[in-house]
Amino acid sequence: MSIEFDNNLPIYLQIMNHIKRQIVSGLLLPGDKIPSVRELAADLQINPNTIQRTFQELEREEVVETKRGLGRYVTSEESKIMAIKKEMAGDLLHQFIHGMQELGFKKQDIVSIVKEAVGNDGSEGRKEERANGHTAES
Amino acid sequence: MDTLLKVNGLSKRYGSRQALDSVSFSVDPGRIIGLLGANGSGKSTLMQIIAGLTPAASGEIAVMGKPLGKETKSLISYMPDRPMTESWMKVRDAVAFYNDFYADFDGSKAREMLSFMNLEETSAVSSLSKGMNERLQLTLALSRNVNLYLLDEPIGGVDPVARDKILDAIVRFYSEDSSLIVCTHLVRDMERIFDEVMFLKDGRITLHEEVENLRIKHGRSVDDMFKEVFGE
Repeated sequence: MSIEFDNNLPIYLQIMNHIKRQIVSGLLLPGDKIPSVRELAADLQINPNTIQRTFQELEREEVVETKRGLGRYVTSEESKIMAIKKEMAGDLLHQFIHGMQELGFKKQDIVSIVKEAVGNDGSEGRKEERANGHTAES
Repeated sequence: MDTLLKVNGLSKRYGSRQALDSVSFSVDPGRIIGLLGANGSGKSTLMQIIAGLTPAASGEIAVMGKPLGKETKSLISYMPDRPMTESWMKVRDAVAFYNDFYADFDGSKAREMLSFMNLEETSAVSSLSKGMNERLQLTLALSRNVNLYLLDEPIGGVDPVARDKILDAIVRFYSEDSSLIVCTHLVRDMERIFDEVMFLKDGRITLHEEVENLRIKHGRSVDDMFKEVFGE
């Protein structure tokens, strides 16, 4: 695993986001074991106490859980993972809207621009619908 | 948590130059501390005084509650900025030398670190490149089981790839209940392995702070702040 760190921002937050992205994108699955503090510290060349803090925060948010004597695991609660997705989507939306407003677009303009962009992207939208439909049936 | 190292009002002069000017700080166990300063700021002097290699003019140092002296020698391991090995030695001899010299030397850890560092036991120390020599010195220093490690410019003269290897080794091989003081002027390369940093300027500590707090408070990297303070 490698992350491009920005030394201007707290490192523990960057690692938290990295792990959340891995969970959301399916690289880490519910119930998967996550590396130990030492392993991750050595891999990323980051201070072990920073990794410790990352894990504590992830535990506090119930994204990972510690099984005594066994290690840390990604939560198996789908609702938690959905919550992370929503949180990350919220961040993206916020950034996007902020950026559009800076460009001078009004609320209605932004909505119609998004509508048009999503509408044009028809093929991918249908594919996603099919995939979703499939999981619902099985 | 008991304080591991306590430095109080430390001063030292070289002729008319005040190398250290009433320096005070303390270090808790399990921390990696960056001692940062420009060349000639007093970093090496401070490290040498704590290592017991040169006396201070005034001030006190206590390690695990004991005043600096014979008793504390077994608590501190020092990696000098210039090698302590002799030129006739092979890597194997250097390790044996340390093993004879220090009762707390961990031979199996040394072998493990040598292989991690890609160091051959049969290589002559004098044939090693600067970077390989730094790897050897780091191996020797970290293979002692002590409470406090002092590393003076561990990535002083090596290329970026070798730097990564050394940083990797520091994080991988230091023992968690001990502490490390690392002095360097290569702040950008090293800041991510520090818990805390101290800025030493003209013999005085001008800042001592947790690294993540600095980023949260100021939204800036340690390197940025270092450049501002030391005006590079």
